Amino acid sequence: MSDNTWQQILFTELKRLNITYKSQQLQYLTLSIDATDWSKISNVLRGLEARFSGVWGDVLRTNIDVYALFSLEQHYLLVKTNLPEPPFSLPSISTCYPAANRMERHMRDLLGVELQDSPDDRRWTRHQAWKDKEYPLHENFPIKRTSYKKTDGDCKYPFFQTQGSSVCEVPVGPIHAGIIEPGHFRFQVIGETVLNLEQRFGYTHKGIEKIAIGKTPAQLLKLAARVSGDSSVANTWCAAMAIETASNVKVPERAIYLRAILLERERIANHIGDIGGICNDVGFAFAHHQTARLRELWQRTNAQIFNHRLLMDTIVIGGVANDINPDQIQSLLQELDTISRDFDQFIDIIQDYPSLEDRLATTGFLPHGTAKALGCLGYVGRASGIDVDVRRNNSYPPYDKYKVQHVLHSDGDVLSRLQVRVEETRSSFKLLSALLHGLASGDIVNSKITLLPNSQALGIVAAWRGEMLAFIRLDDRGNIARYYPRDPSWLNWPALEALIDDNIIADFPVCNKSVNGSYSGVDL
Amino acid sequence: MFSVLKKITKIGIISEKIIQLTPQDEDFKQLGLALKTQISKHFSGSVAIRAVDSGSCNGCELEIHAINNAFYNAEQYGIHFVASPRHADILLVTGTVSKHMEEALLRAYQAMPDPKWVIAVGECGINGGIFGENYATLGGVSKVLPVDLHISGCPPTPTQLLQGILTLLSQAK
Repeated sequence: MSDNTWQQILFTELKRLNITYKSQQLQYLTLSIDATDWSKISNVLRGLEARFSGVWGDVLRTNIDVYALFSLEQHYLLVKTNLPEPPFSLPSISTCYPAANRMERHMRDLLGVELQDSPDDRRWTRHQAWKDKEYPLHENFPIKRTSYKKTDGDCKYPFFQTQGSSVCEVPVGPIHAGIIEPGHFRFQVIGETVLNLEQRFGYTHKGIEKIAIGKTPAQLLKLAARVSGDSSVANTWCAAMAIETASNVKVPERAIYLRAILLERERIANHIGDIGGICNDVGFAFAHHQTARLRELWQRTNAQIFNHRLLMDTIVIGGVANDINPDQIQSLLQELDTISRDFDQFIDIIQDYPSLEDRLATTGFLPHGTAKALGCLGYVGRASGIDVDVRRNNSYPPYDKYKVQHVLHSDGDVLSRLQVRVEETRSSFKLLSALLHGLASGDIVNSKITLLPNSQALGIVAAWRGEMLAFIRLDDRGNIARYYPRDPSWLNWPALEALIDDNIIADFPVCNKSVNGSYSGVDL
Repeated sequence: MFSVLKKITKIGIISEKIIQLTPQDEDFKQLGLALKTQISKHFSGSVAIRAVDSGSCNGCELEIHAINNAFYNAEQYGIHFVASPRHADILLVTGTVSKHMEEALLRAYQAMPDPKWVIAVGECGINGGIFGENYATLGGVSKVLPVDLHISGCPPTPTQLLQGILTLLSQAK
């Protein structure tokens, strides 16, 4: 479809349904609509097979802007509405886009936008740290409480109930057996078979969106690096991209290359770790030890050359923090050669194990239809035939200069998600080599930066988990007025609830690892 | 099977001693040596750690994972991680302590048998780090638990983590 056909089809459809809109070609095509048409437009978009990407609110002094981002024929489309006065209320779009549900509930808990006709409007991010009808992102909500009172556990959360003589309930978490982030999983099982899984998160809610307000852009990047420790580069790049786009800051080409090198290094480290983790969860410890070894070598190079094992604080507004010299480029290329060869050998070994394949194949099956309805991203989507990779579909520099390999599987099981990671790691090795060879010369940071007050923009980056967004609005002094990071895990976590059905509960760890969502990234 | 054995034999033992990791640090040379006696005397040869994330960004968890990899091999000192707080001597707490985790953290601590120790990990564990104290966070582990040792860093490196754990053990009586 050509660039404008999809817009014409959309506009014709909106006209037919008498939906009035104001269209602007800003960063992306932006439609401003009336709040009453909010769910109607999402119905139209659903009919046109648009992909839902995120919904969030922005509190202006006394009113609230609400945004929803969609992708139609691989073009982004931003839909916006304004809620002029309290009580703030909006028709829910989660009937046609189920993945919007948790984001809507998050928006209600933090901003007070009530949802009309929502299939599920229980609290999500809020537990007991603040009361119902109090909204942390409102101006009059204090950032810090003056007196300390112990916060009780959220014991009375109304979980879905299943009844029947042989149904048994298994609560797991928030503290899990391993060294991982906290979250609660509520299983209903019959014998060993999982009948239903319900997730309950919000345990690591740290008030990120509230404390972001008033920070300088440089301070914000430090915070963005710590939204989710395993996606540090992606979150920082995303936030930097939003601020730079809003203020028309040009980033030197060398810095753009270095950012991509950092992002690919982050992708490889996490994928390698996950491959071992998946094998370990079915008792194949050899794989776990090998990948942990590779990951450690990789992270030691990170520390040596980029000064941080997890690459935190390597990206700054207008560029990157550190340059690399020709010797370092050589040693990075050399390392790439050894590690990729070691990785290939290792993969040959694990692919030669029928018992491993037997455990992973058909386990945790996510059908294409479900993945599409949930809008799954990254390796979760790509293992179920959902072809979304921001580096290819909505390419941005420097990826627009390279052909990012097309990794797509359709089996939708744990094995496919493992396979997608293997192929993506290999593709990132190649990309990394190309980026290091093609590294442009010049500055690593734009030294003449003027921030545009009262501007706003989106940053969209291909994180290792999939498409990542950041919405940023600057205030009249060029500081942060609103920061909303949307981790890809928002759209991948619900897939775990779906794919665990009919599996045995003992396979939950491996299914969970194959999705590996971020807790911190969604709890915020 | 043969390929696995070949790979294992070829790589050999890659575990490093704390002395190798911190050659510049005289104190730790001593510590590495003194430790074995300490652990066998007070902890019957092994010390059990329960790690709890009380609202970290996951950075600290990744580095705690790393001390179990073949290079750092925490088990060589008799340090091992357990699934239940009831089996633990040390509670290794990461994160700023979010209010939503306060109750769970307290219960984990209460479930531990005496004697017990608490280590707060990372800048967040010390004072809340970049998240500080706000409506959703308490701003540091010592706000709710008696902390015996702080390990700084954002996140602390595996070497710093090991140094911290070893320091605590050498002080434990």
